[in-house]
Amino acid sequence: MAEPLLELRNLRKAYGALTVTDDVSLSVRPGELHAVIGPNGAGKTTLIHQISGMLSSDSGQILFDGENVTHLSMPQRVRRGLARSFQITSILPGFSALENVALAVQARHGSSFRLFGNAAQERALNEPAMQHLNTVGLGGRASIPAGLLSHGEKRQLELAIALATEPKLLLLDEPLAGTGHDESLRVVETLRRLKGRITIVLIEHDMDAVFSLADRVSVLVYGRVIATDTPENVRMNEDVRTAYLGEEETV
Amino acid sequence: MTELTGTQTAPAPSPGMRIDIIPVILFAAFAAAPLLASASGAEGYVLSLLTRVMIFGLAALSLDLILGYGALVSFGHAAFLGIGAYAVGILASHGVEDALIQIPVALAASALFALVTGAISLRTKGVYFIMITLAFAQMLFFLATSLAPYGGDDGMTLPTRSLVAGAGFLENDYAFYAATLLCLTGGYLLSRAIVTSRFGRVLRGTKENAVRMEAIGFQPFRFQLAAYVISGMMAGLAGCLMANQAEFISPAFMTWQRSGELIFMVVLGGLGSLHGAIIGAAAFLLLEEFLPELLHAGSFFLNDDVRWRLTENWQMVFGPILILIVLFARGGIMGILRRGSHG
Ligand SMILES: Nc1ncnc2c1ncn2[C@@H]1O[C@H](COP(=O)(O)OP(=O)(O)OP(=O)(O)O)[C@@H](O)[C@H]1O
Ligand SMILES: [Mg+2]
Repeated sequence: MAEPLLELRNLRKAYGALTVTDDVSLSVRPGELHAVIGPNGAGKTTLIHQISGMLSSDSGQILFDGENVTHLSMPQRVRRGLARSFQITSILPGFSALENVALAVQARHGSSFRLFGNAAQERALNEPAMQHLNTVGLGGRASIPAGLLSHGEKRQLELAIALATEPKLLLLDEPLAGTGHDESLRVVETLRRLKGRITIVLIEHDMDAVFSLADRVSVLVYGRVIATDTPENVRMNEDVRTAYLGEEETV
Repeated sequence: MTELTGTQTAPAPSPGMRIDIIPVILFAAFAAAPLLASASGAEGYVLSLLTRVMIFGLAALSLDLILGYGALVSFGHAAFLGIGAYAVGILASHGVEDALIQIPVALAASALFALVTGAISLRTKGVYFIMITLAFAQMLFFLATSLAPYGGDDGMTLPTRSLVAGAGFLENDYAFYAATLLCLTGGYLLSRAIVTSRFGRVLRGTKENAVRMEAIGFQPFRFQLAAYVISGMMAGLAGCLMANQAEFISPAFMTWQRSGELIFMVVLGGLGSLHGAIIGAAAFLLLEEFLPELLHAGSFFLNDDVRWRLTENWQMVFGPILILIVLFARGGIMGILRRGSHG
């Protein structure tokens, strides 16, 4: 069996007395789409923060692509191929959609200490950026200031920005949250196309999307992983049903 | 891809770039002013006032580079004016009077000070950054007051203005005006290039959303520090000019009030447009210069005693005027011009 691309070992995080990540061990295989589900407040976002380096962990280890990245900063992890999106949309509202993505291309390629030359005109940055916008279906909105995009379009833009960092692993924190029906379908379609090319950790409340996309699903409840298995088996799992899915008999 | 090539080569609309006519008019006015000055009959006064405006314009411009484009509120920018001025003064008092040596030394000293203090200050955010830059500037201020061989508290008169490659032409006020205009133009073009460059884009991005920038792999600190150093060097150059204009150096060049005035000039002109900072400096200094007379002329309907008191205490009017401009003209003077050009 292949080495896992991402491996979490006994990860912990507490806010004061509240343990939010409780001894989480998890491995993500190269190429898989690994969904993490769990009720509100289960600690999913916190876990993404820890993996991406935005939050430090109290104890435990994070191994990425064979390297211990537990103590690296977020930018350092990004440059090793670990990109993320945010549950609460995080973009540069005053920059055009294209420039938002071009900046990520710039971060990945070449020097950013260039003091001369109009960056907004550089084909070497704009062309790849345009491709990523097309990938998520935002090609036609390239010159719109990102702050003026619809909520769903902002979610798509965030995905394009993450793709532009050329990640090996993409951490997506509820990419469908708040999107309309059509936009939601488009994002799911985009993820389906990316699946296999890029390893993805997907946090999502939309169970239809999760069960149609995921290769494996981990269930997080009160900061603990109570199950990791194929979608079918997770659906059957008694613990999961009582702890989480019980409320949603439709699943 | 093909249908999109059109959009992707179109420059992204960025506010402040749209009205390029304003900086052209501004610099043309500076270039033409000496002609008018000689016609006015008070050329010495006009030239010296406008030279002062340009020097402060350069200092405000340098501050706008980090404040307007990087959201770094440096409350110690006058320290760099002091470094530039003292580099000129100290070297001159040891017989090194050539600008070709003085200016590189001043720039190097400014860069070093910016590098060291920036590396520490930039580890903090918000009000802490403001306080720590202020603290460093105060340190330098008190150091200057204690430099007895260079005049201490009282400051020190320079033997002459700087030479340029041995030639003393800066003694001529027109030549000095031209040299100042050259420095301001150079500083402006450099800053303009920087803010549109890759580097400048990272700086602007960090101002908008630092977390987003980190999430795509940038370490904002390095870019902010580099910008701080560039800005400090430009302000250091303004300090060299200031010492030369006054033919005098003094700790008063780097008081915290002076740092505050620089922030005010930038905000007054409008943050983040570069030429706005120069216009803000001009508005501030010209208002300061002419407000007493304007008050005197404008209060003709009052009795002489009240009129005299008003003119005498013009600062009491100056403060509120500045506050009103900042409150009601959001975006400063550039904001007004921008709205004017749209409506
Ligand atoms: N900075 C913080 N300080 C204290 N408690 C926090 C902090 N951030 C999150 N928490 C708490 O940690 C728990 C987990 O939060 P987290 O945002 O990780 O949950 P989540 O699984 O992403 O929830 P959701 O599905 O609503 O997004 C919650 O109880 C939350 O209130
Ligand atoms: Mg969450």
